Amino acid sequence: MVYGVLRFINFVHGDVFMVGAYVGYYVGRLVPHHSLWGGLAVLAAAMIVCAALGMLIERLAYRRLRSSPTLNVLITAIGVSLLLENLSQYLCGATPRSFPELFPVATYHVGGVFVSSNQLVVIGVTLLLLFALRYIVLRTKLGTAMRALSLNPQAAALVGIDINFVISFTFALGSALAAAGGILYALNYPSIDPLMGVMPGLKAFVAAILGGIGNIPGAALGGLLLGTVETFVGGSQWSTYKDAIAFAILIIILLFRPAGLLGRFTVEKV
Amino acid sequence: MLSVSDLHVSYGAISALAGISFEIAQGAIVTLIGGNGAGKTTALRTISGLLRARRGRIAFLGEDITALPAHKIVARGLCHVPEGRMIFSNLTVDENLAMGAYLLHDRALIAQNRDYVFGVFPRLKERLKQMAGTLSGGEQQMLAIGRALMGNPRFLMLDEPSLGIAPRLIGTIFEKIVEINRDRGITILLVEQNANLALEISRYAYVLETGRVALQGESAQLRTEPLLKATYLGG
Ligand SMILES: Nc1ncnc2c1ncn2[C@@H]1O[C@H](COP(=O)(O)OP(=O)(O)OP(=O)(O)O)[C@@H](O)[C@H]1O
Ligand SMILES: [Mg+2]
Repeated sequence: MVYGVLRFINFVHGDVFMVGAYVGYYVGRLVPHHSLWGGLAVLAAAMIVCAALGMLIERLAYRRLRSSPTLNVLITAIGVSLLLENLSQYLCGATPRSFPELFPVATYHVGGVFVSSNQLVVIGVTLLLLFALRYIVLRTKLGTAMRALSLNPQAAALVGIDINFVISFTFALGSALAAAGGILYALNYPSIDPLMGVMPGLKAFVAAILGGIGNIPGAALGGLLLGTVETFVGGSQWSTYKDAIAFAILIIILLFRPAGLLGRFTVEKV
Repeated sequence: MLSVSDLHVSYGAISALAGISFEIAQGAIVTLIGGNGAGKTTALRTISGLLRARRGRIAFLGEDITALPAHKIVARGLCHVPEGRMIFSNLTVDENLAMGAYLLHDRALIAQNRDYVFGVFPRLKERLKQMAGTLSGGEQQMLAIGRALMGNPRFLMLDEPSLGIAPRLIGTIFEKIVEINRDRGITILLVEQNANLALEISRYAYVLETGRVALQGESAQLRTEPLLKATYLGG
């Protein structure tokens, strides 16, 4: 998301994901459990808090570095990531906590397969957010401004786009989605801890590269493929190497198809 | 309308503009000519807020805009069509035009501006759904000017609109510039290497040489200036 517009990998994404889960944990205490509306309210709260957090991170850490070399930005990202991880350990403790059952729990038997209500929630919310994101990016004026900015920041400024505002919005959007991811993840692996974002953050990066970076359907396809491969490997005798295989995929893709499965190779014009 | 005084701009240690001053009256077409590296592009980029001046003052409609960010300068009606056109290549022609009207919220006004742009450049209307990057050089220049017109500018700065365009199209583009100035009353600052054409359509001209104003005067008079003839007008 942020990469597509700003051409840098936001390594803090996984930690915002974790913060989203923690916000869900605390807000989740305030609403009745096993309720669809309660669950959605928690989801919305986590998205809003993380949107603000994303804007704050951009404002404090990244804005000054906008014309700095990529390495500086990368180092800063790692710093912010460590800060968030350690701050959460300090504030919430390092021990894993069990995540509440926010949504109604039931199991349905549909045509020979068992589907849990949580899985339906994951699918439903993911599809909804995917379409919302596509709509924002492709159909709204602000989304078009995001794409214009990614193509040519100077030309964007010359038509009157407030670059800082649009970048801030991009961070808010990306972080809100990360928060939603954190909640959905926590619902299904019902324990959360301050380092829970690290692996999913890396996996999301693999998925994005797999699908073609900066490409929304590509990232979804990449995630699906990666998930399928992991599930198969996890169910086989090599299950210990599940994570290793995810990164092997990353290396293979980078070697043979650096633009990703759906990505187009664009030669950067200077 | 625009008044630039004692403008100094440098890139790091390299000085690109060493104190230029000029005035542009409302409703005029004024041209800024000069050879490669004279500082023409630098001047326009500083006026539109993409570069910061080291010294000097830029006033638009009587107000100091020297320190304003680019998007606030556009909001005042000063619009810059940059060198190399800088259209949004992976957006459609339609989306490029929509971005030109980014600061406008009145739908009726936007529709009216679109109609005007299609009147000036009918070619754009035929290519609305095409990716802007796949347009020909001339069409891209039309789009760049069209995009600028979408924002209702009062003052338009054009940086080498003839660059990289088929010779038969250059005449058309220049006719359109005159038409825009005449019909909409938009003041124009035209930067050109093609000095002959620029002097033909402009009222007043400044000649820039290595970061300084070397010569200025009525365009009609400058055309007969022997010094200028030798350097820029091909004998
Ligand atoms: N980004 C930059 N970094 C360093 N020097 C620059 C930069 N851009 C321009 N210059 C220098 O500033 C001077 C003025 O350049 P400028 O682009 O303004 O000239 P110009 O009159 O527009 O030339 P042209 O007709 O070739 O477009 C040149 O000496 C150029 O080398
Ligand atoms: Mg130039």
